[in-house]
Amino acid sequence: MTLLVIRDLRATVADQEILKGISLTIRAGEVHAIMGPNGSGKSTLAQVLAGHPAYTVTGGSITYDGEDLLELDPEERAQKGVFLAFQYPVEIPGVSNAYFLRAAYNAVRKSRGEPEADPLEFLDLVERKMALVEMDPAMLNRAVNTGFSGGEKKRNEILQMAVLEPKLAVLDETDSGLDIDALRIVAHGVNALRRPDNATIVVTHYQRLLNYIVPDFVHVLAGGRIVRSGGKELALELEARGYEWLTDGAALAEARA
Amino acid sequence: MSVTGFVSAFRAAPPASPAWLTPIRAAAIERFATTGFPSPRTDEDWHFTSVAPIADVEWATPKGARDSGGASGSAAAGAPDLSSFTFGGGDGARIVFVNGRHLPALSRVGTLPHGVRILPLASALDEPPVREHLTHLAVPTAAFTALNTASFTDGVVIIVPADVEVPQPIHVLYASDAAATGAAVHPRTLLLVGHHAAVTVIETYAGVGGGAYFTNAVTEVDVADGARVAHYRIQRESEPAFHIGTTFVRQAKDSEYHGFSFATGGTLSRVTTEDVLGGSGAIATLDGLYMGDGVQHLDQQTRIEHVAPNCASREIYKGILDDAAHGVFNGKVYVHPEAQQTDGKQTNNNLLLSDRAQIDTKPQLEIFADDVKCTHGATVGRLDELALFYLTSRGIDAALARTLLTYAFAADVLQRIPHDGIRAGLETLARARFVAGSEPTTAVPGAPSRRQAVTV
Repeated sequence: MTLLVIRDLRATVADQEILKGISLTIRAGEVHAIMGPNGSGKSTLAQVLAGHPAYTVTGGSITYDGEDLLELDPEERAQKGVFLAFQYPVEIPGVSNAYFLRAAYNAVRKSRGEPEADPLEFLDLVERKMALVEMDPAMLNRAVNTGFSGGEKKRNEILQMAVLEPKLAVLDETDSGLDIDALRIVAHGVNALRRPDNATIVVTHYQRLLNYIVPDFVHVLAGGRIVRSGGKELALELEARGYEWLTDGAALAEARA
Repeated sequence: MSVTGFVSAFRAAPPASPAWLTPIRAAAIERFATTGFPSPRTDEDWHFTSVAPIADVEWATPKGARDSGGASGSAAAGAPDLSSFTFGGGDGARIVFVNGRHLPALSRVGTLPHGVRILPLASALDEPPVREHLTHLAVPTAAFTALNTASFTDGVVIIVPADVEVPQPIHVLYASDAAATGAAVHPRTLLLVGHHAAVTVIETYAGVGGGAYFTNAVTEVDVADGARVAHYRIQRESEPAFHIGTTFVRQAKDSEYHGFSFATGGTLSRVTTEDVLGGSGAIATLDGLYMGDGVQHLDQQTRIEHVAPNCASREIYKGILDDAAHGVFNGKVYVHPEAQQTDGKQTNNNLLLSDRAQIDTKPQLEIFADDVKCTHGATVGRLDELALFYLTSRGIDAALARTLLTYAFAADVLQRIPHDGIRAGLETLARARFVAGSEPTTAVPGAPSRRQAVTV
């Protein structure tokens, strides 16, 4: 089943065009890796999917689960199963992790016409999910991401994903700043959440995460366009050869355009 | 009302006074007659707050205020429901005034430690400690203090003897209902805490019937050597009411005073705390949270005088302003030449929720000692767009996300309140101020407006 169709997507931030015509189709059950050098637009693509207000879509379309995604507010996207694991998770002093998770979980339930979760049952659920990403339950009582280490923040992102069980998960450089143990834990969490009816987009600069989350497809983004798509072997080729051989081509294509 | 209105009302019928108080009152009304109301043009401390709306009204004396002997329990008949204003006190003592009149039927003393006294001021004016202390801290130089000193008819005296710790908070509740409309009330509170004693006092000003009245309150707090006082001053006047309140604190050696000013009510309000750290090793914590919307004007003033050496002052005031509300914060810290080793920290943070909301913040340090550590800072900001996006990207609707972040802004200053019940009570009030319903989990956009949620 086709879950996401991106057609000729163009987007700007602060009047600067970052995405210059992206097309991508993702079916349920697939894992797609988006790779590319810094500044290629891969994080922008992730943010646009989640509805970040700083980005303006200037052209193209995104159809998610048969709906026009661009017509939906960020909370509606989340309620319909889109989840962005932030590259830089936001600290929210004064709001406890437990409260935040419960509010998010109940918001999603409410949008489906389901009643709010029983607080004790919810606590059970969260503690199970925390075990998945090896998080200390004491972190529930801390303010969201406040004073968390880099690794704790990324695990907290995966915890939220585990609680919300999205249909489309977008991991934006979830591997950045993680040591190998944390990387394994995070990848294990992501893999455990894979199902035939959901899909994952892994945005990453490096191939190493893809050793743990094995993609079905790899796309290379450069200059706001997908310059190469292939299977998981493409990631290995990038690891060996770097991005230059592709980005030079993109620059050439840009020059010709 | 005009200055002359107050002055001639005083001369026509001066409030009952024992002989020792009569000349003090006379001097105070003369002082008020001379200074008149402060003006934003001529009085720097009033630069951001015009009291013309108070001065323009011919205020009356509230009905019954002058005969509050406290004799009749029947005064509770028809009394307003104050349940939404009592919290955090457990089964501690409570003394209730409605429209300036003591209502014994709504008050309760409970079980107090031996020697602790809670008295209506009107019947305690001849008590030696009252005579010894009343008007000594609140020297009536400023206009509103002078007016209160001349005009008060009742209030509360709390006396905690040396070495006594009062386990439960004492709640002083000054309520005004619709019958107070058009009246000026001048509540006077005196809190005397003996050496190495400890007490928690909640002082609430509550509007229960939407009345347009004027509260002009003065409180004096004397904190003896090694005593510990927690003092929560809650201003929840009715929407059209005016409130001017001044608290004078004097701290002796090694004492601790935690003052918290929680201000959400009234159309025009100003709350001033003046704390003199007169004995070495004293610690003052002055915190505050002011929250306004509509066209409310909320002014918070603090003045900390470091007179003695080795004292510390900590101050965090937070403001949340929506619609066309106007907030003022003016925090002064004076460090006298003898006050070496002063450790002072003052912070004022403001959150503006609308383009029309306004804040004037003025932290001031004046240091005349050379070996001190003092910092101050003020910020004005809006809700963090990135944090809003983060919350909404998890499915939380935008309205709840705003509420959460607004509340979170206020949370850290509330978390400094050590008493669980009072902290929880104020947290609930703070949440209620900016969302319908006190539990934000169940908040529904489009439910009753904030104002309705607050006035209950």
